[in-house]
Amino acid sequence: MKRVYVNEKWCLGCHLCEYQCAFAGTNGKDMARSLKNIKINPKIKIEEKDGVSFAVSCRHCHEPLCVKGCITGAFSVSGGVITIDHNRCVSCYTCILSCPYGAISPSDDGAVQKCELCVKTIKGTPACVEGCPNGAIVFEERG
Amino acid sequence: MLREGQTRIPSGCAISGVISKSGRRMSGDAIIKSISVMHDRSNGLGGGFAAYGIYPEYKNYYALHIFYDSTLAKKECEVFLEEHFDIINLSKIPTRKIKEITDEPLIWRYFVTPLHTKLVSSQLDEREFTAKCVFHVNTQIKGAYVFSSGKNMGVFKAVGFPEDVGRFYKLEEYEGWCFTAHGRYPTNTPGWWAGSHPFALLDYSVVHNGEISSYDANRRAIEMYGYKCTLLTDTEVITYIVDYLHRKKGLTLNEVASVIAAPFWKTIENMNPEERDTHEYLRMVFSSQLINGPFSILIGFEGGVMALNDRLKLRSMVVGEKDDRVYIASEEAAIRIIEPNLEKVWAPKGGQPVIVCLDGGDA
Amino acid sequence: MAVNFLYPDYEVARNYDRCISCRACERQCANKVHEYIEDLNKMVCDDAKCVDCHRCVSLCPTRALKIIESGNTYKKNLNWTGKTINELYRQASSGGVLLSSMGNPEDYPVYFDKILINASQVTNPSIDPLREPMETKVFLGTKPEDIERDEKGRIINNLPPQISLSMPVMFSAMSYGSISYNAHESLARAAEKLGILYNTGEGGLHEDFYRYGKNTIVQVASGRFGVHPEYLNSGVAIEIKMGQGAKPGIGGHLPGAKISVDVSRTRMIPEGSDAISPAPHHDIYSIEDLRQLVFSLKEATDYKKPVIVKIAAVHNVAAIASGIARSGADIIAIDGFRGGTGAAPTRMRDHVGIPIELALAGVDKRLRDEGIRGNVSLVVGGSIRSSADIVKAVALGADCVYIATAALLALGCHLCRSCQGGKCNWGIATQVPELVKRLNPEIGYKRLVNLMTAWQHEIKEMMGGMGINSIESLRGNRLMLRGVGLNEKELEILGIKHAGE
Repeated sequence: MKRVYVNEKWCLGCHLCEYQCAFAGTNGKDMARSLKNIKINPKIKIEEKDGVSFAVSCRHCHEPLCVKGCITGAFSVSGGVITIDHNRCVSCYTCILSCPYGAISPSDDGAVQKCELCVKTIKGTPACVEGCPNGAIVFEERG
Repeated sequence: MLREGQTRIPSGCAISGVISKSGRRMSGDAIIKSISVMHDRSNGLGGGFAAYGIYPEYKNYYALHIFYDSTLAKKECEVFLEEHFDIINLSKIPTRKIKEITDEPLIWRYFVTPLHTKLVSSQLDEREFTAKCVFHVNTQIKGAYVFSSGKNMGVFKAVGFPEDVGRFYKLEEYEGWCFTAHGRYPTNTPGWWAGSHPFALLDYSVVHNGEISSYDANRRAIEMYGYKCTLLTDTEVITYIVDYLHRKKGLTLNEVASVIAAPFWKTIENMNPEERDTHEYLRMVFSSQLINGPFSILIGFEGGVMALNDRLKLRSMVVGEKDDRVYIASEEAAIRIIEPNLEKVWAPKGGQPVIVCLDGGDA
Repeated sequence: MAVNFLYPDYEVARNYDRCISCRACERQCANKVHEYIEDLNKMVCDDAKCVDCHRCVSLCPTRALKIIESGNTYKKNLNWTGKTINELYRQASSGGVLLSSMGNPEDYPVYFDKILINASQVTNPSIDPLREPMETKVFLGTKPEDIERDEKGRIINNLPPQISLSMPVMFSAMSYGSISYNAHESLARAAEKLGILYNTGEGGLHEDFYRYGKNTIVQVASGRFGVHPEYLNSGVAIEIKMGQGAKPGIGGHLPGAKISVDVSRTRMIPEGSDAISPAPHHDIYSIEDLRQLVFSLKEATDYKKPVIVKIAAVHNVAAIASGIARSGADIIAIDGFRGGTGAAPTRMRDHVGIPIELALAGVDKRLRDEGIRGNVSLVVGGSIRSSADIVKAVALGADCVYIATAALLALGCHLCRSCQGGKCNWGIATQVPELVKRLNPEIGYKRLVNLMTAWQHEIKEMMGGMGINSIESLRGNRLMLRGVGLNEKELEILGIKHAGE
């Protein structure tokens, strides 16, 4: 399946992916209106240190520990994409502890959140990929 | 209004030609009849003929056909000719007065051979020497214009419909083994006889239907090699290109055709290696001699005639064959009128040369 | 503190209704124009540092930014313009030569814009490039004088080495050092994909790029940086750089700051040292010396590579070109006075040299008058901005054009003309690793391929309109051009008629 991959060689650390992610989550039409005066809580995050930067988001693992560990069955895998049912999440944060990539975080609505490849957004395709100015984030099929 | 040569005048046209491969001479009647069928393809502003094999008694001499605007120009030109040539015979070219052809210049014919001493000191071969003298007259002597300069051949042209031009020159009284004809449809009023076609240099004569879009690229390139385009017509520059490639560079006529109507690179890529190398070489070396835009041409030469279309075939041209004769014309009707029982009729493809040589001859 | 005579040229206009303080502008500005004030959750900026490169404008996700002229004016004076006054102040404060980059931006005539192209109507048909073959393939190199045949009468291939191009365009010389590794990679990959050539410039060839040899011209300039036998043999042609349109008569100076480890290895000079190209080649003080270098290079490459001699368009360019055409060179490249540069003294850039259109017309005519146009191919550069410029240049007599500024624009350059600062925000004219990485060659080469593909389509359309289906029939075809608003002398030099004639 197609996944989001990151190439730190081309990551500029501009953080635009975070804003594109946050904006996509609002399903708004205009980023300025959607994100004005809002502290964003994106599902993709830039890690940076000593001049190296790259974006981190859910890898949609073949054997996802988050799905295994979820005590309420809020996580499910559909066509390889791991999604969360916010209504079932009880915010126990088991998933956050078990994710080896740190790709899951608390959301603003009480549940947890993670990258769902924008399948639930209006766009339907990952906004971070389209919004990266340097081709550092790609959405592609790899073996 | 500017005279031809001072401005460039595009034309549409009709062409026709006939050749006897066995060299049997025929009268000029037939070619007049043929070109007159295509009356509507010309507009009365230019017509002419080239006839090969018409001067057997003077076949070793250059036959210079010259237009003069005045006796003064004639005098000046004759002084020049006497300085450079041995003049064996000179006369007015016989014409008949007809109401369709008016304002004729003085039209003279000279049979000449280069003076030995002049030729030696020029360090040129005979043909190059003659060609240089022709250029001298046409560019330096005001009011004189050499419009035919080959051996055993002659050009006859005027402002008028071609069939009238033929009657004017009494073409029916000449006998030759090859004739080509041209009816012109210029988009302007040239009013100068030299601008009519065929255009000729030495034995080469060209009649052409089309308007080439590569004109100035061709002109500027050929002028580098000592040619001077005084008429600014396509026919003129095509004649010079043929002369340059065939006479000066020693290309065969087939090779000349693949320079001026070069195969597309895609076609060349798919040729067998030897052919491909040759065509690649010719296109690379003679890129400035590629002729672009619509044309159908008949090139008369010492031993035959070559017909050629542009590589996209943007002008009509048909070939007919019967016994030892080959006919080529813009329209099939122009062939049928003089030979209704053709053995073979076909339209050559764009860029495919049709070379007809006298038996035993070589292009 | 001394009095600051200079008011900033530009102002960053930020629409605070749209700004979401994402700080992308701040992170992307190497000139440190933008700053985030945490307490206020607000972006502020220092206009004085802005070079108008538009990196922030282009990356702002909410289109909250634009750059405007500051509009500060001196008392109106058509002689002492604001620009003149500012430059004077700058020199009075620094005591230095003014430096600039990219091409001459001043208000001189652009002859390409005063030339119009012909099209067929009625008397001959235009050709539709979508339906009929339309050829833009070009070969550059000396053409042989005579045909030779073997004993069977077959033509012997006596062609000197030629360059084959899919269209009459090449990327002109920009050295590794003046532009980044990623810019070079983009150019090399695009050239390979397009079937054209790029040019190493005078800074040698990075070892990674030897694999693009079939699409490379290697340059030999007065500094001889990075020149060694393997280098000379690595490309398909060698260019001797005698001059550059942006700075005729002077050499080059790449500051030590740009001589990174890689650049130093490639140039074969110590890291951090200034790379200075002398004004002349010190082994070429005359035309006969040039001939020696041409043949030295041919010897070194076994006569397998055509040699290009590149000169700046100066007043007697026609005579110089005529000399070069007899020097053994296969190709002459002429760079017009609007040609770009990574750094040049402003006065040289803006006041020395002549327009490429006139230089080209003059050289082509001169070489034809002397009957030696076939000795050489002509390549012209110095502000070829569009496919129309190419068509006009070819019709004036060029075999091919060189483009560089247009290529850099495709890579993101916004012509801020600050290359000399080395802090190119677009990752082009810089060696700073975090800036260089902003140009991803994967994106860059595709944009170059797009641009050239688009231009090729347009060239074919214009050729078809003229009834020409092969580019060689356009070369020198000046009847296809008409001037508008040009005087008799200009028309005479260009060898074209006025529109309406």
